[in-house]
Amino acid sequence: MGGNRVRGVGGGSSPVVVKTEDCGPAPTAHYDAGLKTGKFRIQRCNGCGKHLFYPRVACPHCASPDLAWLEPSGLGTVYSTTTVNRPSDKGGPYNVALIDLAEGVRLMSRVDGVGPDGVKIGMTVRIGVELVNGSNAPVFHPVDGGGRR
Amino acid sequence: MTRLRGRAAFVGAATGFIEGAGSYSALEMMALTSQAAAADAGISLRDVDGLFVGMQSEFLSTLAFAEYLGIRPRFSDNNRVGGSSFLCHTEQATLALDAGLCDVALICYASNQRTALGRLQTSVASTWSEVEAPYQARFPVSSYALAAARHMHEYGTRPEDLAAVATSARSWAQLNPEAFARGALSIEDVMAAPRVSTPLGRHDCCLVTDGAAAVIMTRADRAKSLARKPVYLLGAASEHWHKQISSMNDLCSTAAVESARRAFEMAHLRRSDVDVVELYDAFTISTIILLEDLGFCPKGEGGRFVRDGNIAPGGSLPVNTNGGGLSCCHPGMYGLFVLIEGIRQLRGEADDRQIENANVALCQGSGGVFSSQATNILGTDAVL
Repeated sequence: MGGNRVRGVGGGSSPVVVKTEDCGPAPTAHYDAGLKTGKFRIQRCNGCGKHLFYPRVACPHCASPDLAWLEPSGLGTVYSTTTVNRPSDKGGPYNVALIDLAEGVRLMSRVDGVGPDGVKIGMTVRIGVELVNGSNAPVFHPVDGGGRR
Repeated sequence: MTRLRGRAAFVGAATGFIEGAGSYSALEMMALTSQAAAADAGISLRDVDGLFVGMQSEFLSTLAFAEYLGIRPRFSDNNRVGGSSFLCHTEQATLALDAGLCDVALICYASNQRTALGRLQTSVASTWSEVEAPYQARFPVSSYALAAARHMHEYGTRPEDLAAVATSARSWAQLNPEAFARGALSIEDVMAAPRVSTPLGRHDCCLVTDGAAAVIMTRADRAKSLARKPVYLLGAASEHWHKQISSMNDLCSTAAVESARRAFEMAHLRRSDVDVVELYDAFTISTIILLEDLGFCPKGEGGRFVRDGNIAPGGSLPVNTNGGGLSCCHPGMYGLFVLIEGIRQLRGEADDRQIENANVALCQGSGGVFSSQATNILGTDAVL
């Protein structure tokens, strides 16, 4: 999959105009479309080799526009976690976490399968794509089975 | 920016409506408080020709307020970086005053969120990003909770340390007749309160109040001829690295490291010169992380630093002498109150909470979710 390329206008006195058809698929729309089919994809920069998330038009590390899409390994580590208090008649407390993927990007998500207080910093987790409040989003589960409270 | 050290001064300051907006709208509160600040400076609001406003309830804040006052400012800005905006406005006001783009700058704010809405009012764009929104964490407390959890994991910070920040703030508030929350508060009370987003509980979170604030700045030469003892802006610097918490590189380390470094450099001062620290304590973890990043203790030592009354009245470092966002007030955006408490300490107006011989105040604004960091170093003419 080619990255976004904007062809510069060389020399002369032509104005610089960014044309929609020259820009390739919009990263956010491409990411959202992937989620709709159950796929979580991130970008990797062909310039510096680093991965990035959330989707961008250019690498936030080296500014290169040469980005490629891929499905990551799916493995990650819990970087931080919190239990949001909610009354039991509204569904009870729930987890929100920050997950560091093996590829070196971080995202907000939640960890299911162990109860909100069972999510621990440093836990190894694996990604899935599930329906979250009406649309598909990344959700994690503990890798070693968890289930401990 | 270094040659602008002491170029501008605060000549008028006023706060109001912390006890409640009554039937006043935010614009009305702001106009009344701005009038009070102008009177404090011995000038008329008609003299204001540089205007800096960032209200939650009014997107085109400067347009609305200039129209309300009937003034036509030559220089105007509505920089939105969250609650730290005002400590960036002082930097901009100094630049504009120095360049002669204005002669009298007014920086102001007001919100009647508590009376009008009964809850925190965030501005239109100040909420979760697209990739964070599905998980419906509580905004903004869950972001700070994630930072607190990480700090406890990395550095062994304990729930008692977070609680010590809350009780220290309350101790200062009890010396401040203007503070909203002045009742007894113990470590046990803080730890036993219901959790909002773990590890943060009710008393780890700033208040939700009404409030209005205004300051007037002029060039230093004019300040000397006005009624009040001038408080000079010796150092000012700001920096921002992220907007959303999931894009914050290290949840225990903010851009305050850089904003403080540059502000101290501009002011030609050191941490040991600082007599009072006023910082934006949106949550108890804010005080711990910011004291580290500002250089008052090593990274990771903030929890230990706030124990045993060290930042409370009588401790080695006075922090948030008005009671802070945790116990004085928090009307949606709090940064201007941080600045005004620093001004009051340096003017000698702090009554029962006055720090003896206060000549240097460090005022730190933190906007968004630790996102925007703005350091202002204030000084009396003793340190000019």
